Amino acid sequence: MNWQDVAKALFPQGHRITEQDNFLSGEAQVGGQTVTVIGTTDHTPIGVDIALAQATVILNTVREHPGRAIVILVDTQGQRLKRRDEMLGINSYMAHLGKCVELARRSGHRIVGLVYDQALSGGFITSGLIADACYALPDATIRVMGLPAMARITKVPLERLEELAQDNPVFAPGAENYLRMGGVAAIWRENLAACMEQALAQAEPVDRRAELGLERGGRKLARPVAVAVRTGTALQRDA
Amino acid sequence: MSSYQEATARQRIAGMCDAGSFTEFLPPHLRVVSPHLHQLDAPVSFDDGVVVGSGTVNGRRVFIAAQEGGFMGGAVGEVHGAKLVGMLQRAVDERVEAVLLLLETGGVRLHEANAGLIAVSEVMRAVLDTRAAGIPVIALVGGSNGCFGGMGIVARCTNGVVMSEESRLAMSGPEVIETAGGVEEFDARDRALVWRVTGGKHRFLTGDAQAVVADDIDAFRDAALQLADAARTEGTPLTLEALEAEQRMLTSRLQRFGELEDPLEIWEGLGVERPQDVPLLEIDAFRELAERHREGAKP
Repeated sequence: MNWQDVAKALFPQGHRITEQDNFLSGEAQVGGQTVTVIGTTDHTPIGVDIALAQATVILNTVREHPGRAIVILVDTQGQRLKRRDEMLGINSYMAHLGKCVELARRSGHRIVGLVYDQALSGGFITSGLIADACYALPDATIRVMGLPAMARITKVPLERLEELAQDNPVFAPGAENYLRMGGVAAIWRENLAACMEQALAQAEPVDRRAELGLERGGRKLARPVAVAVRTGTALQRDA
Repeated sequence: MSSYQEATARQRIAGMCDAGSFTEFLPPHLRVVSPHLHQLDAPVSFDDGVVVGSGTVNGRRVFIAAQEGGFMGGAVGEVHGAKLVGMLQRAVDERVEAVLLLLETGGVRLHEANAGLIAVSEVMRAVLDTRAAGIPVIALVGGSNGCFGGMGIVARCTNGVVMSEESRLAMSGPEVIETAGGVEEFDARDRALVWRVTGGKHRFLTGDAQAVVADDIDAFRDAALQLADAARTEGTPLTLEALEAEQRMLTSRLQRFGELEDPLEIWEGLGVERPQDVPLLEIDAFRELAERHREGAKP
């Protein structure tokens, strides 16, 4: 999906987002407030360069605009698969980006992620999944990897995975399944500007995804297991 | 000497903790297993591939987690991730002196795809929450499966990473890169190249590992405690100043080395006179050399 169309719908009060080599950055107006926007487009893989560029914008926002909300627009095929990126320590660049977002969160910035097209694996962990809350458009594709590659690595026949993907939120790509598991807070079907304004107003720094996954039935054990370990009590399977 | 690499997760914990001091949370006899693996006719493990609990190390109370590389490569599924999250939260509740994460993992467990990805993200946030509460979190990477995928990111969200020279820390595995980009992009069977790109010596020289040790459980323990002490002295939470310093290091690395092909050239760029000798150096000789050249070194 074209990022300009998404930006227009999200920010009818105006925005100054620019694209450089598939990296989006700039400012936008939401409910009379200025927000910082970062993101990627054209399914671009996240390499060391883009991760660092995004982190730079986040740190600048923390330094120069205390408390200003941050919006992360997600469209990526995942981390870049290059020897150069690994040699330079791509995991450190991504961790740096994640830590910069975390610093912003702890400094009072609210952070909302939106998967407007595609989100995969490592590129998602340090974008939508590190926000206070992550949302998605109905046609968004979210997954760890494609089913054929998954079949190769897990040695599970592709037909079996395809069958499971029909009704099992764990295997199927798509925003709906991440919603059921709590990884996506909600799917935005209409009036994106109002959705964004509400999301920023509701954003909170506490990670509630395991609770949501339990409530919605997509991840029934994550929350009970964490609670059992934390409190030293017996596992409450139906808690 | 007791090899860290050859030990199981439970042997590593036994080797790190004072004798008899370890108590496991949600131990295997409770049989809390993955709810997803049976659909794929895959075997389950009664600890879901990770041991978490409390113990003392040199008399100090710590929480320890150890991933078992022998079960699905240490990969993170729903239960596995939740055990790590629960332990990190409990570390804050009980104000332990440190959390030690003995990471050996390929990252997200593909058999639990979507649930595994969210779990890794929750572990990452929980690590940062624990640090924010003033508890040092240290990652130890010394297993034969290395530390990859999202957990490679998590390792670098801790207060410090201890590696052995044999171990590997990265994002995508060489096989994955070779599959995607061909053998010219990354020859996964060239072991020397793989170790130059992902191994402990390279990560220590470039500033991504804060300690490099011999493949010895005692050496790992001592280095981890030192890093935990240093973190407590400096303050465990993220700060703008520390992230600005990290950004300078990563920016400089990209500018100086972004066009290079091989870690040998990076080591040369760092001022190492005979980079080709680095892979052969014994650990003490290597550390002596590295202290003069490595990035991120503190005076």
